[in-house]
Amino acid sequence: MQNLTLLDGQKFQITIQRLCRQLIENHNDFSGSVLIGIQPRGIYLARRVAEELRKILPESKIMQGDLDITFYRDDFRRQGSPLVPNQTKIDFIIEGKKVIMMDDVLWTGRTIRAAMDAMQAFGRPAKVELLTLVDRRYSRHIPVSADYVGIEVDSIASQRVVVSWKDTDGEDKIVLVSETQE
Amino acid sequence: MAGLSTRHLLGIKDLNRADIELIFETADTFKSVLNRPIKKVPSLRDVTIANIFFENSTRTRLSFELAEKRLSADVVNFAASSSSVSKGETLIDTVNNILAMKVDMVVMRHPYAGAGIFLSKHVKAQIVNAGDGAHEHPTQALLDAFSIREKYGDVAGKKVVIVGDILHSRVALSNILCLKQLGAEVMVCGPTTLIPKYIGSLGVKVEHNLIKALNWCDVANMLRIQLERQDIKYFPSLREYTMLFGLNKTILDSLDKEITVMHPGPINRGVEITSDVADSKQSIILDQVENGVAVRMAVLYLLAGQTP
Repeated sequence: MQNLTLLDGQKFQITIQRLCRQLIENHNDFSGSVLIGIQPRGIYLARRVAEELRKILPESKIMQGDLDITFYRDDFRRQGSPLVPNQTKIDFIIEGKKVIMMDDVLWTGRTIRAAMDAMQAFGRPAKVELLTLVDRRYSRHIPVSADYVGIEVDSIASQRVVVSWKDTDGEDKIVLVSETQE
Repeated sequence: MAGLSTRHLLGIKDLNRADIELIFETADTFKSVLNRPIKKVPSLRDVTIANIFFENSTRTRLSFELAEKRLSADVVNFAASSSSVSKGETLIDTVNNILAMKVDMVVMRHPYAGAGIFLSKHVKAQIVNAGDGAHEHPTQALLDAFSIREKYGDVAGKKVVIVGDILHSRVALSNILCLKQLGAEVMVCGPTTLIPKYIGSLGVKVEHNLIKALNWCDVANMLRIQLERQDIKYFPSLREYTMLFGLNKTILDSLDKEITVMHPGPINRGVEITSDVADSKQSIILDQVENGVAVRMAVLYLLAGQTP
């Protein structure tokens, strides 16, 4: 197994901050906007972005929720056993809001499709945007693209992109994992 | 992540503790789905489920049907009373004819014990037992235990007494197996004639005095007297049964501690439980009904998710 670190330490932090500044450009004080992290790994990105935004905009109320998409996936009955759902925690109204969905890695785009469906259960948003930390280019199964991108990566299907977080995993890091061939 | 260890839900007997906990964790999520403005998820959109009821039912049938619809499954309903069963068709033929119409799962209630097990050996579809005679009623036991877990945080270590017609009750057997599996202490209470002779071998206590049983327990599950299953008289009169085993507000208030009252329904008000108890704040009867939909959604979701 070969690990290639794509981003870590200060550069990781600078990327997060750049994403926050780009969000502020479009969402001003966030009075009509909400952040939604997609379970299981997108919630750490959404929490981190919300934390940074609160530092930059101490006066604003930054609303952030977790969305589970398990029941909306398109591979149900196509795996050995059903996936165990995670918690959805959205304690605000989405209706009429600008929603910024966040996931750590954008790959096939299927998760995002499921998330769009899942979000409908909470109302009709005025606008939906997508923010991703890592965009694995040229690997989409459906036409989805992100509005805000941390880094772009060219990878092949057998590789994995793993994002770890300071708060939960000990360090900020994006790693490209390749299985070495025997 | 492993799914359920079984392909059908025929009884609690077939479930291990991890299965039950998986069902509860999944039901937690479905309960939050049921509290959303849009209470429907698309998971089972390519699954067809037949509800086959050879016996009357209100709650269970509605609860299953709602659970199926909330999961976006296609649902067909079948009641034996209005079908060709009365013309002499066998159970396997009836079900195979339904399956020929491309049905994936069968939810069945039947007056004979073991009907679900029999069917699971002879037809291709996944079977969910919605009550078979005086044998098992697994989803009722799951929702009862889920309601206790919701009220107290955990089932382990809780003392639960099941009062009434234990002999004819499939709810009692499934409840005992489920609660024991989760680490609760279980007692049964009722007239000697309505307590099976060897019930102690299931690891439950037996008590014939209602007040003593209630003072022991944290939760009392009051069962209905199943007159339709009693071919002989098991006690002199309903009035006497009520005097000895009926729960009223005076008894409830006289206890040392505040216990929780449950009932699987349908209630015979004034027989096993009085109206003021059924409607009191100690009763979680309607929570049980609400949880029933979430628990059944979890069961159907976990079973249907197994690769066909």
